[in-house]
Amino acid sequence: MAELRHLTPTRRAFMKAAGGLVVGISLPAYVGQLPTAAAAPTPGTAPFGPLTVPVDQLDSWLEVAKTGTVTIFTGKVELGTGTLTATRQIVAEELDIAFSATEIVQAITGMTVDQGVTAGSQTMRTQWATGLRIAAASARQALLGMAATKLSVTADKLRVQNGVVSVQGDSSKSVSYAELVGGGKISAQLSRTAKPKDASTYQVVGQSIPREDIPAKVTGVFTFVQDVRLPGMLHGRIVRPTRPSPLTTSPTAMARVITGTLANATLGSVDESSIAHLKGIVKVVTKSNFVGVVADREEQAIAAAQALKVTWNDPATLPDQSTLFDTIQTAKVNNTRVIANAGDVESALGSAAKVLQAVYTHPYQMHGSIGPSCAVAHVHDGLAEVWSGTQSVYALRTTLATLLSIDQANIRVNYVEGSGCYGINGADDVSLSAALMSQATGRPVRVQYMRADEMSWENYGNAMVMSLKAGLDAGGKIVGWDFQNWSANRGGRPAPPGNVPAGVLAGFPEAPPPASPPPSPPLGDDGSNSLPWYTFPSQRVRSYGVYQPWLFTGPLRSPARLQNTFAMESFMDELAAAAGADPVAFRLLHTNDFRLTDVINAAARRANWQPRPSPAPAQSGTTRIGRGIAATRYEGSSSWVAAVITLTIDTTSGVVRPTQVVASQDCGVVINPDGCRAQIEGNIVQGLSRSLKEEVKFDRSGVLSVDWASYPIITFNELPDDIRIELVNRPNLPALGVGEAVISVIGGAIGNAIFDATGKRLRQLPFTAERVKAALQT
Amino acid sequence: MDDTDGRSNGEGPVPDRPLTDRTEAGQSPNRSRRAAIGAGGAAAAVVALGAGAYLAERAGLLPGGGLTIKVNGKDHAVQADPDTPLLYVLRNEVGLQGLRFGCGLAQCGSCTVQLDGRAVRSCQTRVSAVAGRAVTTLEGLGTIAHPHPLQRAFIDQQAAQCGYCIPGMIMEAEAFLRSKPKPTAAEIKTALGGHLCRCGTHYRIVRAVQAAAGTLQAGAGAQQGG
Repeated sequence: MAELRHLTPTRRAFMKAAGGLVVGISLPAYVGQLPTAAAAPTPGTAPFGPLTVPVDQLDSWLEVAKTGTVTIFTGKVELGTGTLTATRQIVAEELDIAFSATEIVQAITGMTVDQGVTAGSQTMRTQWATGLRIAAASARQALLGMAATKLSVTADKLRVQNGVVSVQGDSSKSVSYAELVGGGKISAQLSRTAKPKDASTYQVVGQSIPREDIPAKVTGVFTFVQDVRLPGMLHGRIVRPTRPSPLTTSPTAMARVITGTLANATLGSVDESSIAHLKGIVKVVTKSNFVGVVADREEQAIAAAQALKVTWNDPATLPDQSTLFDTIQTAKVNNTRVIANAGDVESALGSAAKVLQAVYTHPYQMHGSIGPSCAVAHVHDGLAEVWSGTQSVYALRTTLATLLSIDQANIRVNYVEGSGCYGINGADDVSLSAALMSQATGRPVRVQYMRADEMSWENYGNAMVMSLKAGLDAGGKIVGWDFQNWSANRGGRPAPPGNVPAGVLAGFPEAPPPASPPPSPPLGDDGSNSLPWYTFPSQRVRSYGVYQPWLFTGPLRSPARLQNTFAMESFMDELAAAAGADPVAFRLLHTNDFRLTDVINAAARRANWQPRPSPAPAQSGTTRIGRGIAATRYEGSSSWVAAVITLTIDTTSGVVRPTQVVASQDCGVVINPDGCRAQIEGNIVQGLSRSLKEEVKFDRSGVLSVDWASYPIITFNELPDDIRIELVNRPNLPALGVGEAVISVIGGAIGNAIFDATGKRLRQLPFTAERVKAALQT
Repeated sequence: MDDTDGRSNGEGPVPDRPLTDRTEAGQSPNRSRRAAIGAGGAAAAVVALGAGAYLAERAGLLPGGGLTIKVNGKDHAVQADPDTPLLYVLRNEVGLQGLRFGCGLAQCGSCTVQLDGRAVRSCQTRVSAVAGRAVTTLEGLGTIAHPHPLQRAFIDQQAAQCGYCIPGMIMEAEAFLRSKPKPTAAEIKTALGGHLCRCGTHYRIVRAVQAAAGTLQAGAGAQQGG
């Protein structure tokens, strides 16, 4: 055991020692340094500090060092999207300090404010509206008050530049933030009435400041959660019900290919003697149906996990994938939500000149992180500490308390950035696995999932069915709109351990389905983009939750919103065609939302959209060209986006090749233009991949999509050369999300372009070559 | 659909958290936070464990495997079994982070290193196969202070989101540019065809490789001319 050096650090000093947890100007200096887990608790003390950190205290959010450097404590974490940079920008802006004078510390329970889950394109929106921007504006106000006293003037006579407060017109009278509170506390409250700066004075917000994690990431010195190392650390691997089992009889750390999983299997037997001859084995950990192997070295754990002889009882309870959507639509509905019910839809449809009806489907899809999930846990002497790539350290702490039967006060969860997650990938699941294996051994255990573990035991994006019916009047306007969707659910974000596979395997009950909210009045929320962003005289939106022990599900980039948007924007296109209208003009006819209008126009203009109805005039030859548009108001008010996609279709193979993607976005004030563009590029690429290629395959026994060969994603050569991004900046409006809005419209735009090119309407994602070819032959 | 909607899980448009002090009654949060961290409490004692210390600690775990491998110009005696994939040896025994486990199946490219200048997947390369050969990892190309032109270009283009796949991309691109100093964008895409990125950084990666090709060409030209 390495020598423990007892320190009495300030919070900031602690964070410096905590290595990869600090992102700031001096990140590289900390690489290779990591905290140990806590020692045994002294009775009557709080080993990990307070259970929560008070939101209303400025000291919870900001700390000014003697050097003037401001350390920011954020409860929203960096998931690879650049939000730490944008967050530092808004704090630097409000405090009038240089961007380089900020450092940032991410979510640690008991040390950072609980800002909930980092998800849903909500990070910058939250920081702007209620989080760090408000804290920084409050701190500036408090610091100006202190400076006014010190300099014997009123605060309105003061100005701030680079953290130095001076009297206007007499710069000889000045005092710095560091001189006021450096090394100590601000000791003031967050103020809801503190006035943030006017947009016209922005110097840092609106600049494309480069991300400071990127130099470390491209030189190999960035510390991912996969790189966390503790003294005395062991390595663990999980053993889940797979086909075949064991994977190999010869012990090898070279990864083996599996053919599939056994989704709801129960453990028959574990033959520990099958690996008794292997080196380095510390323990086989079994808890209910959870099986893991712990070894001294990583390759030993892998070899043992692959060689361990385990038998499983396979109940083969999954639905038949070929009839999945019928099964979902006819299954017992566990909860019903009425999102909208306005006007008389029935009579509107009854008297409409034309009524259209269509059903759209979306498969289970996976997060597909490039780096399989990893966590390090140290559970000992009634304490637990976990280093995790989770999106919510506080919720994970709650889960761990149940899982380990340890009081929350004796648990600390440290966020460490992992491979991009795009929602709830295996980050929480692996944290549970590591905690179980550490508890069983009393030693720190690092667990990383193998590729098949990651892909076949995750909380997939939901399979959904969307059924739409709408009526047009004689003038081609929509008079009634009736939308229903069905989603297949199981589990979700962990609060109960049973929401993720590791918890269920370890014997924890799955949470019961949520009850239906009262049907009336309607919920008034946007129902995950099921509430139309167009204006109709009558509309009804109903959402049905089906909860069955099929595949686990959970939020995947634009959860349910992507599915609903795909269906609605495709159906809008069907209605436009039925009305003989240009798809852009038809959308504009049905909205008076200027933000929606502006993004539609921006995308159409940049794509050189020529007004005409779809489909395009008849084309000859085997290559057909089409263009399509889709738009949405994301999550009610979380940004406005549109995309225009141009593509070609090879009619002999059915292969769809996008040739141009134009995307526009209004996310309020643009904090970091290049950061926004990077996110929109990512939305486009992942959206193309999910729309053209991705579908989790399974049979009655389990999942068949277990690696990149059985779940292919888009590659360099499949991407269009021409992508164009239009940012509609609103400097005076609050910041909104960029992380997952544009991906919502990619599928609809592609489907509409396929219709434009061929006159065939495809209503099932993904648009694989086989499906397109089959549609062309009908 | 409640869980996909995320509202019930605190996702989605913010039930903004109430501005109330949610610490335990009677605790002055900052006092207790600092006290918990420091204050003679062994509870949260902190130690900085350098990579060196970690590796030293690992050293006694296996009786000597007896292999010596040359990594980034330096010899390392390693203890892993000869059949161990190079990936784990480089990460856990040599202490490198510029290569990452992605699939173990040579499908994604995130573990790519160079062997005698050729890009290989370290997850499917046995450590015994590299004895006597030169292994180069991302760390061997450059540092933050002195980045390789490719690393410089990736920084300039901000060509990383989560960044997990990037080491493999750069190692492949470096080997590729030596064989094809003036590639077209299409040739770059083909060269990187076996590398996966889930964040969608592809456009920036191609631009970075193109930019680096230009820099390397200019450098080569200057050398020839000088």
